[in-house]
Amino acid sequence: MPLNWKAGGLLLGLVFFLAVLLVKPIGVSTQFVILDGIVGDAVNSELVTQTDEGYTSTNAYLAKSNGKYAKSVANPLNYSFVFVLAMALGGFLSMRLRGGLDQAERSMPALWRANFGDSTFKRYALVFLGGFVVLYGARLAGGCTSGHMMSGMMQTSLSGYVFAAGAFAAGVPVSLMLFKKEA
Amino acid sequence: MMSIVLAIVIGLAFGAVLDRVGASNPNFIGKMLNLTNLNLAKSIMLAIGIGSVLMFGGQMLGLVDVGHMSVKSAYAGVFIGGLMLGAGWALAGYCPGTGVVAAASGRKDALFFIAGGLLGAAAYMMTYPAWKNSGLLDGFAGGKVTLGTVPGAKYDGLTAFPGDILGLLLGAVFIAVAFALPERIMTAKSKAQPAE
Repeated sequence: MPLNWKAGGLLLGLVFFLAVLLVKPIGVSTQFVILDGIVGDAVNSELVTQTDEGYTSTNAYLAKSNGKYAKSVANPLNYSFVFVLAMALGGFLSMRLRGGLDQAERSMPALWRANFGDSTFKRYALVFLGGFVVLYGARLAGGCTSGHMMSGMMQTSLSGYVFAAGAFAAGVPVSLMLFKKEA
Repeated sequence: MMSIVLAIVIGLAFGAVLDRVGASNPNFIGKMLNLTNLNLAKSIMLAIGIGSVLMFGGQMLGLVDVGHMSVKSAYAGVFIGGLMLGAGWALAGYCPGTGVVAAASGRKDALFFIAGGLLGAAAYMMTYPAWKNSGLLDGFAGGKVTLGTVPGAKYDGLTAFPGDILGLLLGAVFIAVAFALPERIMTAKSKAQPAE
């Protein structure tokens, strides 16, 4: 069982505040691009190159904003990338501390099983598709749930509201269509 | 070096809290988005409100560096991308951050989410020039703006209203909405009635 919503919301709010107090607002989705860049650069070392002023890339997206992303690809031991690795560890430890994940939940959530049966192939294929759409959309938007929606609205940024409007305008109808049975 | 230590400390806390509020559990994302259990939405609204009040309150007291704010640009693609993310979020039950936490907490389906996400991000990297040329990435209403004008911030305000006061007020609104939001909007489907 999760924390009650008040305790959970308070802790989550404190983490978002702590991040902006000590460093900068939380964001995650850029790091998918950075990992792609690291893999791409390992396969083809021409992808990211050092210049007199910093870094650049043969990929226009990595090269944008004076090679900001190219620089992170060349130096993976930077704040934002390590942050996401630490998040994974935090989630792992937290789940361990509360006794680990239920066996049935490991392959798919109960809500999915109640609506679509227990084919793991179907679940994995559709979640893969979901991941594709989510990250394509997040990069098009320039941020995701943490960067745009939470950090953005917390800072009263216009873009955060625009993003949240889009995310819920699609998320609620799609969920209502998909998950008619309760679990 | 200090920044790496902070990345580890704040990242650990964020990952653990996402797990504890249920955000990395796709059952709770599904139940939030199909409006049958809004407890997670209440947590998220409360978190935004508390974050906002502490940040803007701290700025007004001079305890929080305004320079730490990082406001993203508003452009048509933010809305289009938001729609895409929302649809995929509903389907998979994961967003980028919670997908990573879920995979680490033992959810095998989340590994497929991350794989799809890496491919989706790569696809965007390839198609970025077309979006750039379309004009859909050009900022509107001033681009990187906050709703009010935050004193000392490097961002313009959409309005001249003092941004720190507006931030406190909106933070209070988020907190109030978190409390006001019902736990459930969609009524439970009635069980088949026995024939009379």
